Amino acid sequence: MRVLAAMSGGVDSAVAAARAVEAGHQVTGVHLALSKNPQSYRTGARGCCSKEDAHDARRAADVLGIPFYVWDLSEEFALEVVDDFVAEYAAGRTPNPCLRCNEKIKFAAVLQRGLALGFDAVCTGHYARLVHGADGIEMHRAVDAGKDQSYVLGVLTQDQLRHSLFPLGDSVKAEVRAEATGLGLAVADKPDSHDICFIADGDTAGFLDQHLGSRPGAITDENGTALGAHDGTHHFTIGQRKGLKIGTPAADGQPRYVLDISPVTHTVTVGPRESLLVREISGVRPTWTNQPIAGVWHGNVQVRAHGEPVAAEVACEDHRIVARLDEPIAGVAAGQALVSYRGSQVVGSATIAETAP
Amino acid sequence: MASVPARTDLARTYLDHAATTPMVPVAIEAMTAQLGHVGNPSSLHASGRAARRVVEESREIVAASLGAKPAEVVFTSGGTEADNLAIKGAYAASSPRGRDRVVISAIEHHAVLDPARWLADRLGADLVRADLVEVQVSTSGVVILDELIRAVDERTAVVSVMWANNEIGTLQPVAEVARIARRVGALAHSDAVQAVGHVPVDFAASGLDLLTVTGHKLGGPVGVGALLARREVSLEPTQHGGGQERDLRSGTLDVVAVAGFAAALKVAVEAQTAERARLERLRRRLVETVLAAAPDAVVHGPADPALRLPNVVNVELPGCSADALLLLFDAAGLDCSTGSACTAGVAQPSHVLLALGRSVTQARSALRFSLGHSSTGADIDALARALPEVLSRARAAART
Repeated sequence: MRVLAAMSGGVDSAVAAARAVEAGHQVTGVHLALSKNPQSYRTGARGCCSKEDAHDARRAADVLGIPFYVWDLSEEFALEVVDDFVAEYAAGRTPNPCLRCNEKIKFAAVLQRGLALGFDAVCTGHYARLVHGADGIEMHRAVDAGKDQSYVLGVLTQDQLRHSLFPLGDSVKAEVRAEATGLGLAVADKPDSHDICFIADGDTAGFLDQHLGSRPGAITDENGTALGAHDGTHHFTIGQRKGLKIGTPAADGQPRYVLDISPVTHTVTVGPRESLLVREISGVRPTWTNQPIAGVWHGNVQVRAHGEPVAAEVACEDHRIVARLDEPIAGVAAGQALVSYRGSQVVGSATIAETAP
Repeated sequence: MASVPARTDLARTYLDHAATTPMVPVAIEAMTAQLGHVGNPSSLHASGRAARRVVEESREIVAASLGAKPAEVVFTSGGTEADNLAIKGAYAASSPRGRDRVVISAIEHHAVLDPARWLADRLGADLVRADLVEVQVSTSGVVILDELIRAVDERTAVVSVMWANNEIGTLQPVAEVARIARRVGALAHSDAVQAVGHVPVDFAASGLDLLTVTGHKLGGPVGVGALLARREVSLEPTQHGGGQERDLRSGTLDVVAVAGFAAALKVAVEAQTAERARLERLRRRLVETVLAAAPDAVVHGPADPALRLPNVVNVELPGCSADALLLLFDAAGLDCSTGSACTAGVAQPSHVLLALGRSVTQARSALRFSLGHSSTGADIDALARALPEVLSRARAAART
């Protein structure tokens, strides 16, 4: 196959590209320039968009003996990922930009351009497994549970998965680093990237302030009694406990959590942990990695990137997915993905719109 | 410690000679002959004198090849350094005397454009910032002399207009530029790195005060070039130290590189007339080949061979992105180039094409093919074979 390896400059994508070469594919490396102004994004080891990272990716491609290019996707990224991120916070939701980047950039803009140029597949350093099953390609959780990224890939469809390679899904991170060392890749001991690549200093609240400005409102309890004030709903996420800055303690002395965010009235509702527990989660705009499963079935769902899978009954209704959890969980935020699994296999993804106790 | 890997010859169709061209055998021989010898040309002993003799004989060859006097040749590390020395050195020498204007064309190479903009924008706050004027060009890429005349006044330190543009090949009226500068006592500089070896370049006849030339565009080594500077011209050095090269360019001279540069320059200039005619024929075939495969292609620069270089073809391929074209040609074994790349490797739309009045989209669909001494008809045949599939794939990719 002719494979386009997306190379961020990190160890994972470098080893993924190396494995594609090793498997006999004709591999071309491509680094995605996502920032219009590279200085404004993270630099060095912490991000995926800096000049240093482009250099590291290029050096890995040299060592692998593959052609390498930088593709400028900064306009698509600004429109599809950064603008969406800000708009979602403005709407009182908590988006996942990595998922969005996979859905709209890596496995959309890049894949389509690659296919048109004569490539057969896009290869990335994501930790997830692709298995050829009776009904086509199945996506499963990675062997390394700590690195599993099936959640942020759950939004991919069968068409996209047919043109995807995730060579790291069967490995644990330590093996990947050892392999990088063995191949002589300078990125072997480069630290993992965390957080959001387009927020240079990791200060998400400050980034949102810059884009949304001050939007003051009230903090109330569940009965609507005002407890304090805030300067923007975008500073809050469902389940958040720290940084509420409420002077008066709760009557029961228990900590209070963000229960609800209303971008219309700019009200943030707080209350005790019990009120945070949800048993029913509805997601909209469902996508399926393979065939949709009709009716009601029992499996497990994941509601945030580093969350645990929870057992649930999943019902596919008209253009929405409803998950009824076996046990209630706390801190489920609208805007995050509701990814459903059968065992280790990803069934599909939907965007969380509502929750109920 | 790992050693740097050896490079093997790649089976490539090389159409990027304006970026750099292969060394000619006489340059390799001249350098090889010097490699085993010791001697700093500034030293007073026999080894130093032997090294100095090589440098001075090279200087005489360079001067004779370019219509200059040996004393006018200042060896540098290449074109970029020579351009920086000309622009910053002229400004530093002239601005204390009330000459704080720098006039350049809008299509200068970044080695001129960026030092000029630095003088205007980022020079230290306690120094006088340059009053920079970037003179516009016609749609075929020739500097508009009326605008230049209006821009150049008695406050002007230096005027810089390249001899031939590196992206579209347009020849500039440098003798006119020199006359315009001289009338008001400003210095005239021209970057001639693309011109030497392809068209006649005579420093004395041009009337210029300063001229840049480099080795690796004409069959010599990378890392060596020269600024020709008339003796009466007042320049401040940009690099200080041991006082080599008339105090204008300190640093131990690279005897090996200087010998290779002189040898390559001599043969390039001797062969120039015949080579220009040969490359012009090849260029015509190249243009016909591209237009046959893409009748909507737009070739930039003047059509008249007398007004442009014989070796550069800049062609806009509507409905294609230059990035995609380069990747596809690369995969097909063919080397060509897009606009200038920043350090992250993201191709920016060419400021030269934008100055011609092209849109960003049009500029992003332009490729440069450039020929050189090792180019043959087989290169054009390879381009003809690769073109149909490359074009159809690039068009498909642009539609995604």
